[in-house]
Amino acid sequence: MSKHIIELVDLVKDYDGTEALKGINLYIRQNEFITFLGPSGCGKTTTLRLIGGFEKPTSGKIIFEGVDITDMPPYKRKVNTVFQKYALFPHMNVFENIAFGLRIKKTDKKVISEKVSRMLKLVNLEGFEKRSVDSLSGGQQQRVAIARALVNEPEVLLLDEPLGALDLKLRKEMQLELKRMQQQLGITFIYVTHDQEEALTMSDTIVVMQNGTIQQIGTPEDIYNEPKNAFVADFIGESNIIDGVMLRDYRVRFAGHEFDCVDKGFGINEDVDVVIRPEDIRLVPRDESPLQGTVKSVIFKGVHYEMQVDDHNGYGWIVHSTSMEPENTDVGLQISPQDIQIMKKVSAI
Amino acid sequence: MKKGWISYPYILWMIIFTIVPLLLVMYYGFTKTENGTTVLTPDNFIRVMEPTYLKVLWRSVLLALVSTVVCFIIGYPVAMILAGRDISRKSTLVLLFVIPMWMNFLLRTYAWMTLLDRKGLINTLLGALGLPQLNLLYTDFAVILGMVYNFLPFMVLPIYSVLRKIDRSLIEAAEDLGSDTVTVFRKVIFPLSLPGVVSGITMVFMPAVTTFIISKLLGGSQYMLIGNLIEDQFMRVYDWNFGSAVSIIMMLLILLSMGVMARYDKEGTGGGLF
Amino acid sequence: MKKAFGRFYLVLIFAFLYAPVLTLIVFSFNDSRSRGNWGGFTLKWYSALFRDRHVLSSLYYTLTIALLSALIATVAGTAAAIGIHNMKKILKSFVMNLTYLPVISPDIVTGISLMILFVFVRLNLGFTTLLLAHITFNIPYVILSVLPKLKQLNKHMYEAALDLGAKPLYAFFRVILPEIMPGVVTGFLLAFTLSLDDFIISFFTTGSGVSTLSITIYSMARLGINPKINALSTLMFIVVLALLLIVNKRSSANSKNGTAVMNI
Ligand SMILES: Nc1ncnc2c1ncn2[C@@H]1O[C@H](COP(=O)(O)OP(=O)(O)O)[C@@H](O)[C@H]1O
Ligand SMILES: [Mg+2]
Repeated sequence: MSKHIIELVDLVKDYDGTEALKGINLYIRQNEFITFLGPSGCGKTTTLRLIGGFEKPTSGKIIFEGVDITDMPPYKRKVNTVFQKYALFPHMNVFENIAFGLRIKKTDKKVISEKVSRMLKLVNLEGFEKRSVDSLSGGQQQRVAIARALVNEPEVLLLDEPLGALDLKLRKEMQLELKRMQQQLGITFIYVTHDQEEALTMSDTIVVMQNGTIQQIGTPEDIYNEPKNAFVADFIGESNIIDGVMLRDYRVRFAGHEFDCVDKGFGINEDVDVVIRPEDIRLVPRDESPLQGTVKSVIFKGVHYEMQVDDHNGYGWIVHSTSMEPENTDVGLQISPQDIQIMKKVSAI
Repeated sequence: MKKGWISYPYILWMIIFTIVPLLLVMYYGFTKTENGTTVLTPDNFIRVMEPTYLKVLWRSVLLALVSTVVCFIIGYPVAMILAGRDISRKSTLVLLFVIPMWMNFLLRTYAWMTLLDRKGLINTLLGALGLPQLNLLYTDFAVILGMVYNFLPFMVLPIYSVLRKIDRSLIEAAEDLGSDTVTVFRKVIFPLSLPGVVSGITMVFMPAVTTFIISKLLGGSQYMLIGNLIEDQFMRVYDWNFGSAVSIIMMLLILLSMGVMARYDKEGTGGGLF
Repeated sequence: MKKAFGRFYLVLIFAFLYAPVLTLIVFSFNDSRSRGNWGGFTLKWYSALFRDRHVLSSLYYTLTIALLSALIATVAGTAAAIGIHNMKKILKSFVMNLTYLPVISPDIVTGISLMILFVFVRLNLGFTTLLLAHITFNIPYVILSVLPKLKQLNKHMYEAALDLGAKPLYAFFRVILPEIMPGVVTGFLLAFTLSLDDFIISFFTTGSGVSTLSITIYSMARLGINPKINALSTLMFIVVLALLLIVNKRSSANSKNGTAVMNI
């Protein structure tokens, strides 16, 4: 795609002894929708606050359009933030909240009111100018917060779990709307969430984080289909993760049997993690596969059935399928070589 | 906002105007200057142990205790009535109770001077009824009366605020289990109100044991409590070393009583003034 | 029966509380100098009051000191509260203890210790020392009024303002201050009232002819009874009553968990 708008170089952030970030390196391209994804406490907010300028890194650099902005105060940066709990100014009405940044820039009165109206239209809040922010619902406050940031025409918008406080239905709506706004305005969105589904639907690029480090960077497809390690695999959707031994190139042993696979380049007899997605397992009559088990539970999930099949070693395989086998049926588990993903064991995780 | 530094001037201010002065009091308390040389000495504290001064200490503690007990006896029922369910417009009553306290402390004390005086209202009324005149002003009685009058709200309000928070259903449960009114009071209400009682006692005892105005105005200029002793040393005798020693003893007395009270209020739930 | 007894007891207590105050007020209108007899209605004590140079000068000092010390304490206390609010735990508890120290230590000790300090550094007791002392005992009350407001503040509000391009000072005056204003005003009124009302600390820290109303009252009262004091008490009572009613109304209307206030 296009040029890098932000570069993070070896960013380290230390809070009195706890290392929140342990050396982050990342390019963010112009106009992309990039999402930091990871469990709570992994350092997503910290990264965002460093980009926003609310915290100074312990070491490392932040480059914005080729300029080192590590020590630049927030009010000079060409980024704006939508805060998790909105942080609207309660003593100002909707209009004044949105006009706040423009007034600082001493924008002409007429221009201000034009721009504010345009923003209110963008976030579907036309006619809300005079309302006090306390009288708005959570979703509406959210929209005001977005309008207040976007009206300054930032090159990058930072959003920290902006939908966290909304109910499910509203969340889904807002996800689509945010995506629409980002495409319409053609600016960079840096988005933080711990919800993998949200990340997968909205992002151009996902950065999976864990313990202050980046685990993987890629498109949603990359991340989902080719997770780099067991942590990513497990965090992005459900997976069967089982201990295995790489016998040689293209040959792996797990669950008491040997299987063909498409991976190579591991050491002979190296211990590995074997990751298999639930939808990649087919249930067949028991004699047709060496790997066999008994169906222990069946849950209908709307589109597919989720079954747990216990093998002879007692491992419970999660299987997704559009057809179901009744409980206590003995079945065979069939897995194609290309669906068997071999990953190096990551002791750090 | 990580601007801790904007309070540094304040911290500096408080160190200069509260910590340093207290250290100076310590310094004066433990030293003595004779013929231009200052020496470290416990003499000032030894002097406090002389019978004259011990008697002053003893009287201060005794009067403060008596006032505290009287405040408790008068005040507890008031708190109960105010917190009781048969009282409507509670907040107005509580406000009415607090308002006299908003008159300047000196003036409230002065008001009793005019009432208790030999030619004051009480004696005039007694005279009109043909009763003998009483020597009320400049007695222990007047001092205790002044203390009770000034500090009674400090007893009532903490107890009131604790009583008000007692869950009605607890009392009803006790009644339901067959307790009569007296038992409910002894076994439920009183134990639950103890934190309020503890802070009430502390809040009456402390100002009572440190006052020098009530004793001066209602006890007469010869009347001595610790407060008067300190005032005398600083404003008349100019023996700052001895005055500082007495002040330190007063602080210790306060800390001691706070410590004792804190033991009875383990949960730290003592009701505040409101 | 129980109820009737309760009412009766309450009436007795209220009589005990109000009788002295009311007598004081009523006798400020008494034409006779005696405290026992009613000699007819007069305002002469009030006019005598306003002709008494000493009373007028102490009124002037009282108001000046109260206003100045309350203003300074409000500015310093608000700044301090913001700093304290953003402090790390350990430092914060140290500073809070420092803040409570003058609140809990007996006034007489505060008074004499400040006096020792002033004399020790060769500061002449008078207006300056009085002002310094009043600021010192006022600041903690401002801090205690402002802190709860800061706690209620969305902690990202200030950052949001910076994010939108506001410089720190602009962000403070446009965003933070309007939000904590109720606490600041309460703190100011409280400081002003406490300063008006103080006797003990002023008594030890003033000198060279600078006297506040309460000190004047004390010296008059020590000489015996004087109907001018009654007139003065009545006026002071009305002023303090009005001020404290405002403070209390504010603190109950503005914050449910705000510190309700009352002077001692
Ligand atoms: N202000 C702070 N002081 C101390 N530790 C902090 C602070 N902010 C975050 N942390 C710590 O840094 C780590 C990362 O936090 P954060 O970036 O907020 O995670 P996330 O947003 O991914 O949930 C956590 O362990 C958190 O406890
Ligand atoms: Mg976070």
